[in-house]
Amino acid sequence: MSHPLLSVEDVSKTYDGFKAISDLTFYLFEGELRTVIGPNGAGKSTFFDLITGRARPDAGKIEFGDPAKPSCDLTALNEYEINRLGIGRKFQTPSVYVDHTVWDNLMLSLKGPRGVFATLFHRLSSTDRDRMDALLKLIGLDAKRDWKAGRLAHGEKQWLEIGMLLAQEPKLLLVDEPAAGMTDEETHRTGELLVSLAGKHSLIVVEHDMTFVRQIAQNRKVTVLHQGTVLCEGGFDDVQANPKVREVYLGRGKPGK
Amino acid sequence: MSRTPNQLETWGVAVAALVILVVLPGLNAFTPVASALHISDFTINLYGKYLCYAVFALSVDLLWGYTGLLSLGQALFFALGGYMMGMYLMRMIGDLGQYHQSIPDFLVFLGWNTLPRFWLPFSSFPFALFMTIALPGLIALIFGFLAFRSRIRGVYFSILTQAFTYAACLLFFRNDLLMGGNNGFTDFKFLLGYDLRHPATQRALYLCTGLLLLGTYLLCRWLTTIKFGKIQRAIRDSENRVRFSGYATAHFKLFVFVLCAIIAAMAGAVYVPQVGIINPSEMAPEKSLEVVVWVAVGGRGTLLGPIVGAITVNAMKSWATRAYPDLWFIFLGLLFILVVVFLPGGIVSLPERLRAAWNNRRRPPEESSDLPLGPAKIGAPSADHS
Repeated sequence: MSHPLLSVEDVSKTYDGFKAISDLTFYLFEGELRTVIGPNGAGKSTFFDLITGRARPDAGKIEFGDPAKPSCDLTALNEYEINRLGIGRKFQTPSVYVDHTVWDNLMLSLKGPRGVFATLFHRLSSTDRDRMDALLKLIGLDAKRDWKAGRLAHGEKQWLEIGMLLAQEPKLLLVDEPAAGMTDEETHRTGELLVSLAGKHSLIVVEHDMTFVRQIAQNRKVTVLHQGTVLCEGGFDDVQANPKVREVYLGRGKPGK
Repeated sequence: MSRTPNQLETWGVAVAALVILVVLPGLNAFTPVASALHISDFTINLYGKYLCYAVFALSVDLLWGYTGLLSLGQALFFALGGYMMGMYLMRMIGDLGQYHQSIPDFLVFLGWNTLPRFWLPFSSFPFALFMTIALPGLIALIFGFLAFRSRIRGVYFSILTQAFTYAACLLFFRNDLLMGGNNGFTDFKFLLGYDLRHPATQRALYLCTGLLLLGTYLLCRWLTTIKFGKIQRAIRDSENRVRFSGYATAHFKLFVFVLCAIIAAMAGAVYVPQVGIINPSEMAPEKSLEVVVWVAVGGRGTLLGPIVGAITVNAMKSWATRAYPDLWFIFLGLLFILVVVFLPGGIVSLPERLRAAWNNRRRPPEESSDLPLGPAKIGAPSADHS
């Protein structure tokens, strides 16, 4: 098997005595779309925090391997350095710049130099403009490019944030509950968008909505987290049929929306 | 949509610059004292002080209004700039002091007969000017580096800056710092060979302050419109998003903090020769609080707001401290509360508010037309139509 893009090995993280993540091992390969599910408090957000440098693990290894280059130890880097390696994160609650226009939101996210002085003399190239036009069409906000992001509907903010992630041209996208607060139709289209990104990018999607998970997982691998560790991994149907999973998660009479 | 107010602002600034830089000093210099149009030397000097405060207020707004960093210790940098200029002015007194010695009076009083080593280079104006920028800049760099690296934010940052200026204030009160103790520096005589008591010198200082204000305004306007300024506001609104987008937010905050310290210091440096005194009370905690009030009253997060606020509040202060000297702070507090509660956007938001109110009155309630803008689009999230 080829070298994994992201490898998380025996990672643990404790907050005030509470084991948020314990001995978690997880591999993701290039181009994969992985869905991570798990009941509340299973450690899904902490898992993302550890990968993106918001929190440091107490033990274990997290490595991000560009097949061409030697892998990087993510536990030694901070948020912006990890982002610059090509890991983009979408937060659970849409996190956009409410006082900026949709266009500026994307502009600030575009891949490019990130230093203070670079932003003093920044000019948009025509390639940048074309790329942003294409992104605006992709996320369906073309007509609202001059709107302040704060005026967008909740679902539109989610889409904008996904667009901002794509503008960074990341290798790996970490997407935390993208469908939260969306209508069924929006949810479905979000799913289509994410599926279309797989291959070009690698994705980890955390989600609660089972209909949505079924849609994006198709016959891809699903990882179930429980009490900070991997309960099981496999295809959606296998996972759903797994008695352990039914017990901790699905059996609670909460099969999606 | 946002272009018209911008053009309006440009015109307003152009007219104001003309009045401040040409008309007022012209009326002071070229009209007879008896004329109704004449502006007295006292008034020009007073206006010069207001302009210093306006520059100072801009530095606070660039930090607070645009970057979300509420510094409650900005007066430290203002005072430090003033002290650096003051050291030069003290040297220029020469032997015209009370003790007729070649070193400043307070040093004679403390028993010194030669100049302490660190005072020596301050006989040079370029050096003093350099230190006006370098010392506050360096202190801001070190303080900011430590604060932002440790991710000190919000109220904690404000408290820390306030404590820092208070500590500096206590330090400058000490005689053994050799910076004049609680009396500070005063009784200045000359600046670059010109007599400071001469109206023409004061007018030139007033003009310098006006140019400094214009320059600072233009710099801030440029900074806030380019990508840098957009990052600044993005940090204010959602720092995490910026950080997780690959920007080292601490570097941006540090850059702004140092820049604002330098702006405040330059304001202090032109302030001191105009008021003729600098002492540690300029760094007292309430000085930094006052400037925050000016910014809030004028309108934070705008560039005209702090200028309007600084001038308005100080004009009121000049009047109120003469008319009702004991009531000024109560009045200032009341003004602050009124603005925060009834006019959160400050004075500069008043025209917009009045226009909105006027439009609402003329046009009876109507469906707000936020929803379908332009042709229906395909593939857009359909929240609009639900």
